[in-house]
Amino acid sequence: MKEYNLNESYITDIPEKKALSTKNLQVYYGDNHAIFDANMDFPRYKITALIGASGCGKSTFLRCLNRMNDKVARVDGNIMYRNVDINSPKINVYEVRQHIGMVFQRPNPFAKSIRENIIFPLRNTGIKSNDELEERLEQSLRGAALWDEVKDDLNKSALALSGGQQQRLCIARSIAMHPDVLLLDEPASALDPISTSKIEETLQILKKDYSIIIVTHNLQQASRISDYTAFLHLGHIVEYNSTANVFTKPKMQATDDYVSGNFG
Amino acid sequence: MNAKKWDHVASGVIYTLVAAVILILVAILGYILFNGVPDISWHFLTSPAQSFSAGGGIRDQLFNSLYLLVLTIIVSLPIGLGAGIYLSEYASDNWFTDLIRTSVEVLSSLPSVVVGLFGYLLFVIKLNLGFSILSGAIALTFFNLPLLTRNIEESLRSVPNLQREAGMSLGLSNWKTTTKIILPAALPGILTGLILSAGRIFGEAAALIYTAGQSAPTVDYSNWNVFSATSFLNPMRPAETLAVHIWKVNTESVTPDANLISSASSAVLIIVILIFNLGARFLGNKLYKKITATK
Ligand SMILES: Nc1ncnc2c1ncn2[C@@H]1O[C@H](COP(=O)(O)OP(=O)(O)O)[C@@H](O)[C@H]1O
Ligand SMILES: [Mg+2]
Repeated sequence: MKEYNLNESYITDIPEKKALSTKNLQVYYGDNHAIFDANMDFPRYKITALIGASGCGKSTFLRCLNRMNDKVARVDGNIMYRNVDINSPKINVYEVRQHIGMVFQRPNPFAKSIRENIIFPLRNTGIKSNDELEERLEQSLRGAALWDEVKDDLNKSALALSGGQQQRLCIARSIAMHPDVLLLDEPASALDPISTSKIEETLQILKKDYSIIIVTHNLQQASRISDYTAFLHLGHIVEYNSTANVFTKPKMQATDDYVSGNFG
Repeated sequence: MNAKKWDHVASGVIYTLVAAVILILVAILGYILFNGVPDISWHFLTSPAQSFSAGGGIRDQLFNSLYLLVLTIIVSLPIGLGAGIYLSEYASDNWFTDLIRTSVEVLSSLPSVVVGLFGYLLFVIKLNLGFSILSGAIALTFFNLPLLTRNIEESLRSVPNLQREAGMSLGLSNWKTTTKIILPAALPGILTGLILSAGRIFGEAAALIYTAGQSAPTVDYSNWNVFSATSFLNPMRPAETLAVHIWKVNTESVTPDANLISSASSAVLIIVILIFNLGARFLGNKLYKKITATK
């Protein structure tokens, strides 16, 4: 693999309002320093893509943003969300996760009915009214472009759905919580092309209401759907800029090599 | 020899071994059922045992076995659930959990006679519980708990971690995730394990001879007062179970029809355990379908 100077980076200042910012974020798995000094702002109501070679720390970085690395890794530094440092030990992590939802690489619906998958976590937040639950059920399934396919089978097991449908159910389950930010970790990597394009369309619609951060190893996908792109290499954010710039006018040699396929 | 041929040979060997296992099983079951079933009658199941004359039944022993089983499960299930949940969902891997796991393993390899004698010394003598259903139930709990805990822990662990992450990412607490997502998904496995262990408890004799005792005093099945000495529910009375009865009839009985009673009792024992085992599979499947809403 080519050697790059990892002390140099290009991190843009975004003009948009910020959904999340990280300040001097470091992540350690025991002695393994996995993320070095990440400083970047994620814009509101835009899609930000995290790209980079496998093992560079994309998932690690993403999972910090809603405290999913608690008990897995040590995370130092600040994550600012609405002027609060959500990386502080005093923060109620359960509440953080209700504001910042996450969809994983492999679909992980609960072994319950489609309806229960969405309603059960909502009830847990204290919503009791059946009308409201049913309304959120339909609204979130519509939001995830799944309603038409499942509206007659809401009591059927979520496990009976196809992989693509399950993943859209997981997206629906997340957005039913009305989060601010949606984190997605390679949500389409286990899916066929048709399901993938359905999910991409869904994200385009969702970004009107949500700030979306998506990890992808698929460069075409990043350039197709995202507004901003951050390129990670060996735990460093090497370049962060508008997607158009990252793909057509990269500032760093490593980024240039990666997006043009000359990497490694 | 080429791969295909080896494959053939290997399959042949495996099939032969499987056939041997099945053959042994069928032979044992067939022998017991063939000898015992013809002597099972309604009268046999519903009349008390006789010490000196022929024609005795196994009413009390059968009831004692079931009652002891229920009590044992009532005692051991909550403990097993607690320990299993702790080990699988809460404990981190350190010397303490290693110690617990090792203890559980040692406990599970204790011969049941040893458990029985320990129960005799501690509960029957020291704690003055006497030969009683309670002493028996506690001894059986010792005997049952290690495997039950292991089974519950394994069932919980076999639920993919993705499910825990899903719960976490939706802001559910660890406890909510465990009780509302992981436990229901693991329930079929836990139930299967529980029913299989019920079979082991039901057939256990050695741990009971010195704890629940070898006598079956006449009890009154219409007396529902748990504290009354003659009540069938009184946990402080001695209670010979079916398995102990079989052992006793074979060693020291003077009834003329001891052979008949022993073979018929064995058949009843086997049939009940078979029902447990088949029931475990059936219920486990059914429950899984119900919980996951698959039809
Ligand atoms: N749970 C974990 N425990 C220890 N090390 C981990 C864990 N998850 C990831 N890592 C390590 O952190 C680094 C980054 O991994 P990851 O964030 O999964 O990369 P990516 O998502 O970009 O493929 C890798 O070196 C990986 O081995
Ligand atoms: Mg990853």
